Amino acid sequence: MIKSFVVGTFEDEKVLFPAVKHVRKAGLKLHDVYTPYPVHGLDKAMGLRETSLHTAGFIYGLMGTMIAIGGMGWIFAVDWPLNFGGKPHFPLPAYIPITFELTVLLSGVGMVLTYCYLNQMMPGVKKHHFSPRATDDAFIMVIELTGKSNEEEIKKFLADNGAIEINTQVAEKGWWFGRYDREQTLYRSDEVLA
Amino acid sequence: MDNRYVTPAAYKKSYMAFIGIGVLTLILGFVFLNPFAGAHGDNVNSTRFWAGLLQNSTYFLMIVNVALFFIVISTLAMGGWQIAFRRVNEAIASLVPIMAVLTFIILLCIILGNRSDIYHWLDKEAVAHDELLNHKKGFLNSWVFLGFSFVVLFLWSYIGKKINKLSLESDEMGPMDFDTAKKWTAKNMTWSAYYIVLYLLSVASILPWLWLMSIDPHWYSTMYSWYTFASTFVAGIALMTLFVVYFKNQGQLEFVNKEHLQDLGKFMFAFSIFWTYLWFDQFMLIWYGNIPEETVYFKPRLQGMYKGIFYLNLIINFVAPFLIFMKAAAKRNYTIVTFVSIIIIFGHWIDFYQMVMPGTVYNNPHLSWFEFGIALGFVGVIMWGVSRFASRTPMTAMNNPFLKESIIHHV
Repeated sequence: MIKSFVVGTFEDEKVLFPAVKHVRKAGLKLHDVYTPYPVHGLDKAMGLRETSLHTAGFIYGLMGTMIAIGGMGWIFAVDWPLNFGGKPHFPLPAYIPITFELTVLLSGVGMVLTYCYLNQMMPGVKKHHFSPRATDDAFIMVIELTGKSNEEEIKKFLADNGAIEINTQVAEKGWWFGRYDREQTLYRSDEVLA
Repeated sequence: MDNRYVTPAAYKKSYMAFIGIGVLTLILGFVFLNPFAGAHGDNVNSTRFWAGLLQNSTYFLMIVNVALFFIVISTLAMGGWQIAFRRVNEAIASLVPIMAVLTFIILLCIILGNRSDIYHWLDKEAVAHDELLNHKKGFLNSWVFLGFSFVVLFLWSYIGKKINKLSLESDEMGPMDFDTAKKWTAKNMTWSAYYIVLYLLSVASILPWLWLMSIDPHWYSTMYSWYTFASTFVAGIALMTLFVVYFKNQGQLEFVNKEHLQDLGKFMFAFSIFWTYLWFDQFMLIWYGNIPEETVYFKPRLQGMYKGIFYLNLIINFVAPFLIFMKAAAKRNYTIVTFVSIIIIFGHWIDFYQMVMPGTVYNNPHLSWFEFGIALGFVGVIMWGVSRFASRTPMTAMNNPFLKESIIHHV
C-alpha cells in the first residue's frame, strides 16, 4: 500500500520526547520514530504494545523440546531399541543435553526469522529511508497521512514541537515479499516532493 | 533525609519470637536428642542434632555472605544500578561476622567433640586402615579444617567491615567531586579485589570441600563447590530481594522501582538455571559413567529414603522459578517476586539438607521440629541483624558517585 508520510527531523532527545507524547494527544497517526541509538523509554512514550517476539520464542523452544524428546524416544525406544551400556531404553538424563541444544537452536533461529518478518526485513530487500541522518545524528519522527489528517496542520504541529526540518515523502507500507525491488520509481518520490 | 527507618513493633516481636523458637529448639535438642552421646553411629538422635546444626549454620552463613559478594562484584564491574538498594546488601552483610561466629562454634564443637559420625575422617583408627583416607590425611584433618575455616571467616568479616566503613564514610563526606569520587571508588575496588580472590579460594573451591563434601570422604566431585556456590548465590539474591521489598514497603529506598525489582528477578531466574545446569552436570556425568565409587553418592538420594527430597529439590529450585519468572510482568510484580524469593530460600535450604543428611543420618532422615526450629532461629537472627543495621544508618547511600546511574536505571 502506497502512503504519504510527514517526516520531522529532531536534533535533541529532550525535544523529541515531549513531541512524541503530543503526537499521541493530538490524535495523529505516528508511523515510527527512527533514532541513531536505542533510546530508553521511547517505546513507552510512543505507546507501543509489548512485542510478542518472546512468546513466539517460547513456542519455538517448546517445539524444539518436543522434537528432541519425541524423536529420540521414538528412534531408541520404539522403532529400534538398542542396548547402550546397560542403560534403559529411554534414558532421560542422557537426552537432556540434546533436548537443551535443540530447544535453544529452534527458539534462536525461529526468533531471528520472526524478527525479520515483524520488521519486514530480508537480505536483498530495500527499505525506504526517511532520512539518512537517522543513522548518524538526528531523530526522525514519521507521521502517516490518513484521510482524517491534514498535511499542513501536521507540518505546523511538527514545527511547533521543535522539528528543524520537515518534509513529506511517499513510501510503501505493508507486507513486502520482493515488491520494493520492482517498484524502483518509489525511491525518487521524496526528491520530487522535497 | 529525616526519613529514618524505625523498626516496627510487629517486626521486633516476630524476630524475637523466631530467635526464641530457635533457642527453645536448641534447648529441647540438648534435652531430647542427647547430643553428647558418643559418635559411634548407634545413636542417631545425637547425629541428627549436629547434622541439623551444620546444615543450617553453613547455609545461612553462606547466603548472608552472598550480599557482601554481590556488593563486591558490582563494585568491581562498576555496576551502578544497584546503588539504590545497596544499603540493604550492607545490612545483610553486617551479619557475616555474627553468623561466622555461630558457624565456627558449631564447627569447633563437631571437630573437638570428635564427631566421626558427621565427618568420617575424624575417626583416626578408620583412617589408618583406609588407604584412600590415609592419602587424603594431609588435607582432611582437624588442623586444616579449623585453621582454614577460621582464617576465611575472619577475613570475610574483616573485609566486610572495611567495605561497610567506606560506604558509611561517604554519608559524611557530602557530594563528592570528581577526584574525591575517583579516590573513593579506587579504595572500594581495592578491598573488593581482595575479597573476590578470597571468595574464589573459599566458597568457590575449598570451603564446600571441607564443610560439606568431606561428609562423604571417599567420594568427590569437581562440580561440587560451584554447585554449592550457585545454590547459595541464588538463595542470597532471593534474601536480598525480600529485604528490598520489605524496606520499600516501609517507605524507605525512595529510588527503588520496578526496574530494579525486575533485574533482581532476572538474577534469580538466571541463577536458578545456572544452579540446575551445575546440578545436572554433576548428576549426569556420574549417572552416565556408572562407576561404583561415584554413584555411591547418588544411591541413597535417588533410590533410598531421600527420593522425595531429591525430586522436590529439582521442582522448587528449577521448574518453579523457571516457569513463574519467564514473563517480564512476573518479575515486576512485588507479590510474585516475594513469593518466588521465599520458595527459592526454602528450596535451597532443602538442597543443603540433601547434601548433609544422607551421609550422616543415613536411613533415618527427619525433617521436623528440630530442623525447622533451628532454621527459624537463624531467620530471626538475620531479621534482627538487618533491622539493627537499618535503624542506625540511612537506607539510601546518597553520596555514592554511582547513585544517579541507579536512579535513571531502565531495563
